[in-house]
Amino acid sequence: MEASPPASRVDLARALRQTAITALIAFGLLLPLIGFNTVQNIRNELVLETRWPLLAALVAIIAAGRFLHAAFIAPALARRALRPRQEDAKRVATRARRLRWLTPFTLGFALLYPALVLSIVGTQGAVKWIDNFGVQILIYVMLGWGLNIVVGLAGLLDLGYVAFYAVGAYSYALLAHNFGLSFWILLPVAGCLAAFWGILLGFPVLRLRGDYLAIVTLAFGEIIRLILINWVPVTNGYAGISGIPRPTFFGIAFNASDEGFAARFGLEFSPVYRTIFLYYLILALALVTAALTVRLRRLPIGRAWEALREDEIACRSLGINTTNTKLTAFAMGAMFAGFAGSFFAARQGFISPESFTFMESAVIVAIVVLGGMGSLLGVAIAAVIMIGGTEIMRELDFLKVVFGSAFDPTQYRMLLFGFAMVLIMVWRPRGLIATREPSTLLKTSRRALLREQKTTKPSLAQERHG
Amino acid sequence: MSSSASVTGAHASAAAPPSNLAPVLRVEHLSMRFGGLIAVNDLSFTAHRGAITALIGPNGAGKTTVFNCITGFYKPSEGRIALQFGDPGVWDELSALTERGTRSIRRGDGVLFLLERMPDYLVTQRARVARTFQNIRLFQGMTVLENLLVAQHNPLMWASGYTVLGALGLRSYARAERSAIEKARDWLERIGLSERADDPAGELPYGAQRRLEIARAMCTDPVLLCLDEPAAGLNPSESAELGRYLFEIRDEHATSILLIEHDMTVVMEISDHIIVLDHGQKIADGTPDDIRNDPKVIAAYLGVEEEEVAEGEVNGGAQGRT
Repeated sequence: MEASPPASRVDLARALRQTAITALIAFGLLLPLIGFNTVQNIRNELVLETRWPLLAALVAIIAAGRFLHAAFIAPALARRALRPRQEDAKRVATRARRLRWLTPFTLGFALLYPALVLSIVGTQGAVKWIDNFGVQILIYVMLGWGLNIVVGLAGLLDLGYVAFYAVGAYSYALLAHNFGLSFWILLPVAGCLAAFWGILLGFPVLRLRGDYLAIVTLAFGEIIRLILINWVPVTNGYAGISGIPRPTFFGIAFNASDEGFAARFGLEFSPVYRTIFLYYLILALALVTAALTVRLRRLPIGRAWEALREDEIACRSLGINTTNTKLTAFAMGAMFAGFAGSFFAARQGFISPESFTFMESAVIVAIVVLGGMGSLLGVAIAAVIMIGGTEIMRELDFLKVVFGSAFDPTQYRMLLFGFAMVLIMVWRPRGLIATREPSTLLKTSRRALLREQKTTKPSLAQERHG
Repeated sequence: MSSSASVTGAHASAAAPPSNLAPVLRVEHLSMRFGGLIAVNDLSFTAHRGAITALIGPNGAGKTTVFNCITGFYKPSEGRIALQFGDPGVWDELSALTERGTRSIRRGDGVLFLLERMPDYLVTQRARVARTFQNIRLFQGMTVLENLLVAQHNPLMWASGYTVLGALGLRSYARAERSAIEKARDWLERIGLSERADDPAGELPYGAQRRLEIARAMCTDPVLLCLDEPAAGLNPSESAELGRYLFEIRDEHATSILLIEHDMTVVMEISDHIIVLDHGQKIADGTPDDIRNDPKVIAAYLGVEEEEVAEGEVNGGAQGRT
């Protein structure tokens, strides 16, 4: 397996050649982009500046990366491919075991997260960490799981998902504002209204698939946003709706009054209680979404969704009403977006059309695709990376020491976002977790099967061949 | 080979000639036009209960178009497609049903459907016509077992109270699902795929995928099974096995079979009745022996698939290949 010395020398020459080519391409591309810069001087004249050191530094970084890859990483990968791989069944089993532990671990972490934060940073700093990371990420986890039903299970690419999120948010905001109804009544109402709009959108687009469906749903998302902007008497346009009532702890408000949560429970008032309450609320909502998805996958409707994703014509040939099947998927996905939307409105206390741009839809679709279509755990991990990653950029103040005080890490968010997408598409083109768990197995019990696999591998092999 | 021949022999002695059986499907004056192209022109034929009817013809003769009309994937330009199950007396109501403008009519336990009036999924769900496709259309990413469960969607949907009761975890749904899995297990044993039940359907070898697709269609409990080139891409021993499998379906499940096939050996060996199409028109209709000696059929195939006709004659006549 060891590469002989002459071979490695040849590899080195090849690596150098590839490095030179890459450096040349990088130079050619970056010369106009980085090498030249136009600046307006005081007299409003456009002046051409050159930035040779920066250009040289970037080209050098790219060349070094290419050299490392060509000389060391690629040969190492090739060597590894030659080595006999671990037995396939064994690898699958270890991966399955790892995945089995990942879910309870993630769940446990999510449940203990506020306590962890409180014990590490104390009550003062906890609000930021629980709200910006916990609640924010969980909203996207829930949206991802909701969209996962439409995109991941039923295979209907919906680029206007944020429209239903907006319907949920505005339903709660307007009904709570105008009629004074409580959050707990309006939560299901918002879900139902969003589902209704899902069906309404579903009807005209049922015949479409793939790209065409994506375009129409994209347009629908924009239509909802434009209505929110232009229907000023109802939605208050760009100004949005403020003073949306906050959710209460079963009727007890989170405020500093004597009737407030802190006073009732004999605690010192702090905004952190509300944040913790919101955290557990969205966690519960997200878990309901997950539980229902898991449940539905095992029911005929869930199998029909997945069958629809695989082959619509075959579905029709088996007597499945594809119209209704698509509509239920749309409605179900929209309903969860509606729940998330009403939670969002209640948490912010203020909403405006700004929150429901196409960018949001794109982020949610990216979460589902990155996570691995149909995988709940994958979607959750992707949401943590995407949303948590953006939030953590705000915290990287130490980078200012390195790059100078004018450096703002959040400005590079989209760059990293794109970079992460490219990397995942290269390494795991089917998403972080691409393994699909069958909805049911022929072996009487799944646990029995796993036990069998673990203890008696040879007998299983025999059974398979016999 | 001997077993195949004996099955054929047993059938020939046991079953009456197809013309004496009640019809299950009656296609009358069926025409299908795509713009200026006439794919099927004034086609009439009958498929009989408990018989295997084959639809053959050179490439582009319109066979698959006929299938798509029967299964509701196309709306025919003209013509009537009637399907019946239960008490055959209901055939008397055919003209009444046509007049009435509804999809189906019921008399006693007999039901009569006009398939050209029904959307594709209802043709399977209500009229109980199942089909397979020329290019296999399995749910590739789902397991073999799941493929068979999706085929039982409608009864399971009913049992799960359109999802509501099932989501609540009612016992009755669990029972229904268990029996659905039992049925799937039965079919898997019959097609020899029990060991691969939990593997993705796309990972099966080609021949197994063909068998699975037929089993999946059978899981919808059809009275008429439409097979579009079931033997395409199979080797001789697999085709012989397919023949046995189809006899089993016909004899044990009281399912009538309508099939399109190019492999003359298979057609001549298993069909009770053959209809030959050429350029959208019927040129012959009869038993395998009639067809084999029909000068019009030979002419239609000459120069197109001459060898295959000749081969079909020789092999069909000898009732075996080895």
